[in-house]
Amino acid sequence: MELSAERDISADRETVWAALMDPEVLRQCVPGCQELTGTPEDGFDAVVVQKVGPVKATFKGKVTLSDMDRPNSLTLNGEGKGGAAGFAKGGADVRLGEIEDGTRLSYDVKASVGGKLAQLGSRIIDGFAKKMADQFFKRFQEIVEGTGEAPQDEAKESSQKQGWLSRFKKDA
Amino acid sequence: MPKDSGIGASTKRREDVRFLTGRGRYTDDINLRGQAYVHFLRSDVAHGTLKGVDTSAAEAMPGVIRIFTGADFEGVGGLPCGWQITDRQGNPMQEPPHPVLAQGKVRHVGDPIAAVVADSFEEARDAAEAIEVDIEELPAVVDMKAALADGAPKVHDDLSSNLCYDWGFVEDNRQAVDDAIKGAHHVTTLELVNQRLAPNAMEPRVAIGDYAGHNDESTLYTTSQNPHVIRLLMGAFVLGIPEHKLRVIAPDVGGGFGSKIFHYAEEAFCTFAAKQLKRPVKWTSTRTEAFMSDAQGRDHVTKVELALDAEGNFLAYRTDTLANMGAYLSTFSTSVPTWLHGTLAAGNYKTPLIYVNVKAVFTNTVPVDAYRGAGRPEATYQLERVIDKAAREMGIDPVELRRRNFITEFPYATPVAVEYDTGDYAATLDKALEIADWDSFDKRAEESAKKGLWRGRGINTYIEACGIAPSALVGQLGARAGLYESATVRVNATGGLVVMTGSHSHGQGHETAFPQVIAEMIGIDANMVEIVHGDTANTPMGMGTYGSRSIAVGGSAMVRATEKIIAKAKKIAAHLMEASDADIELKDGAFTVAGTDKSVAWGDVTLAAYVPHNYPLEDIEPGLEETAFYDPSNFTYPAGAYICEVEVDPETGKVTVDRFAAADDFGNVINPMIVEGQVHGGLAQGLGQALLENCVYDENGQLLSATYMDYAMPRADDLPSYRVDHSCQTPCTHNPLGVKGCGEAGAIGSPPAVVNAVVDALQRGGKDITHIDMPLSPGRVWAAMNV
Repeated sequence: MELSAERDISADRETVWAALMDPEVLRQCVPGCQELTGTPEDGFDAVVVQKVGPVKATFKGKVTLSDMDRPNSLTLNGEGKGGAAGFAKGGADVRLGEIEDGTRLSYDVKASVGGKLAQLGSRIIDGFAKKMADQFFKRFQEIVEGTGEAPQDEAKESSQKQGWLSRFKKDA
Repeated sequence: MPKDSGIGASTKRREDVRFLTGRGRYTDDINLRGQAYVHFLRSDVAHGTLKGVDTSAAEAMPGVIRIFTGADFEGVGGLPCGWQITDRQGNPMQEPPHPVLAQGKVRHVGDPIAAVVADSFEEARDAAEAIEVDIEELPAVVDMKAALADGAPKVHDDLSSNLCYDWGFVEDNRQAVDDAIKGAHHVTTLELVNQRLAPNAMEPRVAIGDYAGHNDESTLYTTSQNPHVIRLLMGAFVLGIPEHKLRVIAPDVGGGFGSKIFHYAEEAFCTFAAKQLKRPVKWTSTRTEAFMSDAQGRDHVTKVELALDAEGNFLAYRTDTLANMGAYLSTFSTSVPTWLHGTLAAGNYKTPLIYVNVKAVFTNTVPVDAYRGAGRPEATYQLERVIDKAAREMGIDPVELRRRNFITEFPYATPVAVEYDTGDYAATLDKALEIADWDSFDKRAEESAKKGLWRGRGINTYIEACGIAPSALVGQLGARAGLYESATVRVNATGGLVVMTGSHSHGQGHETAFPQVIAEMIGIDANMVEIVHGDTANTPMGMGTYGSRSIAVGGSAMVRATEKIIAKAKKIAAHLMEASDADIELKDGAFTVAGTDKSVAWGDVTLAAYVPHNYPLEDIEPGLEETAFYDPSNFTYPAGAYICEVEVDPETGKVTVDRFAAADDFGNVINPMIVEGQVHGGLAQGLGQALLENCVYDENGQLLSATYMDYAMPRADDLPSYRVDHSCQTPCTHNPLGVKGCGEAGAIGSPPAVVNAVVDALQRGGKDITHIDMPLSPGRVWAAMNV
């Protein structure tokens, strides 16, 4: 399945770019992400728990960043294996454009599934992928703009539940 | 006056008592002491190189007994293909190996990679999740045209291409057909898809392997339509077990529709593993597993051309088919698009020149094999759709065009190598028009119009070939099996009979219909006859049940054995009455001396056979048990005419089958109620194909339709109340019962009638649509009207 969308973020391109490179931001943005470690250069290892229709599974996989043209564009690719549930693969071409109030983030997403996910979920997979992409970029926007709380995550201390932008500024 | 017993009586099915009260004994009802359970880890990808299977973590899981991989089957045979096709150049087809568990590569989603045997099913399944499989995914070939393109990824690296064979039939006619089409007054062409179907027997497949160390005997309990065939194939070709050390039992089987003919990897695995582990090993398929491991049906893409003269006489007919084999050659896969398809290309018509070309193609999909009708539905669909299109193009009434071209003299030798022994196609057509109330269609169309619906009608006249035979011929054509059938009739001392048949009943009602024949022959109550089937240890070698062959071939073997019984019983009766056996008559269960009042009862004779105190021992042996093997001299040729009326909603594209009439000629009928039930079931499957069912793979070879959420089976409210008739009967001329077989007719005859009706409705609604590929879902019909 394929989908394209765009989102306007009230932050400059460098800020948005830096956020995209931050594993902690990605962890908070990837829906159902339990762990995400690594670096933009070597890629990230991720553990994601997701329910697709009737199939709930823990996906272990790798996310790689490529074609990096700071701060204009990059490609994200991920593949997760969910054991008996099958596998999911996806990629997003992300472009950052300058607009008056900040950055226009546009993305083209491609996703495919295999095994039981395809067998049981093919009718709902398009909607699922769209929802995942929407959630990812919505959270990303919230975190970068510092307007939204980080997603609920019981495993994390409440002190970390703050806008990324403020944390970024503090660190800077 | 309907009969209440014997041949022609609508005796209620005795087996239904146990089926309907939950007391059937299916393979999954069998649980052996100490049995272990196997779960197959199947490929998630359609095509890939198997670089490693690490079972170490899984082996440490609770309950795990042993994990098998492809390496355990090195030196073990692969699953054999039962029919070798010779291509147009005279070369044998490309025949790749089919390992029990994948070796080196995986070739379709569902290809078994490893088998976990554990103390419980749950433990086996859990452990399978811990197996680390390293697969390097390769590009998959799904579309047949793409599979044949230069440079396409090869499903089997050792083959020269993905082409299994390029078959021409009759090759000598090729040029003449080309010439006739070139010079014809009118040529109608059509390209159509006969979509892939999943067979969906109500009972999923099950296999239990067992091994007895004390006598080195293996037993396989399996959901099979033909246990003897499985014993021969698995024993001789896969595991190397001689038949006298191998027993195959197929107890009650909940439907097959072809999918349980074939020898499957799971059967061989359970038998093999039980011997290795010295424990029974059981496998029960889940429904989703069935979607990716049961051989699927149809999947032909065909271009057809029909040449006609100005009067509408058929001059020549040419078809060009791509037939999907899937990733491996299933047992009878290769015969379906060839000898079960090309031979039916003449249909009911006297077309003088016919040429059929079939290219069988390997793809990264589940193997394809026979499914209810097997080749004959595809042949009928092509022909009857193109005739309908030709009628429209030439402005000839579709009924009249068919009638004009009917074969009317029998026997009739077609240009595609078969000889129809008998038939009356005009009679079944007239009957169908009558029961369909054809002439008052316009009135019904007006009623539909008032509701805002477009009514259309479609007709289809079909012929099929059942009881595939004779063995000598099919052997010449490449079959690696005979196609006779067997029966042993054992008469007990007190007069009851046991018939041990090589046929197998999995819904057909043999336990009721077969005794009706014997009851008629001897003149006894049918309840004195018991049918035994499904166990190689107590039935003679038989080829099983498929292709509507049971009554025509199996029934004939039973008749021959019973004739031997009667001949011997007459000798005993003659001795008892001190008469000549030539003068003995058998009627109503009593032997009489012609022209006298001397009589002995059936039971007196049978008792004498086993208590031979007063017995002609110098002439005949004691006992009363006979076996016959029957090898038919020809196929049988049921035929009929089907008429469908639909309403199409122009707003939504939804098709409703409002009326369906089926007039069939099955020759003589043993049990009309069972025959009607067979037609009803066949129609449901045919309407399912026409309107609903579709087995879908994405471009990566992922199977998308593997549940009933995604694979639409027909339900009661999708079907009309049928009008069914089988009073037109031209008995088969070459079997003793004059029967033809009825199992597949409904599934063969109905899809073209439905599609013809929908196209007719759209045309009447003002849409110039000449074809829509099945299934005619609302989406497809709407798209044809609007996109």
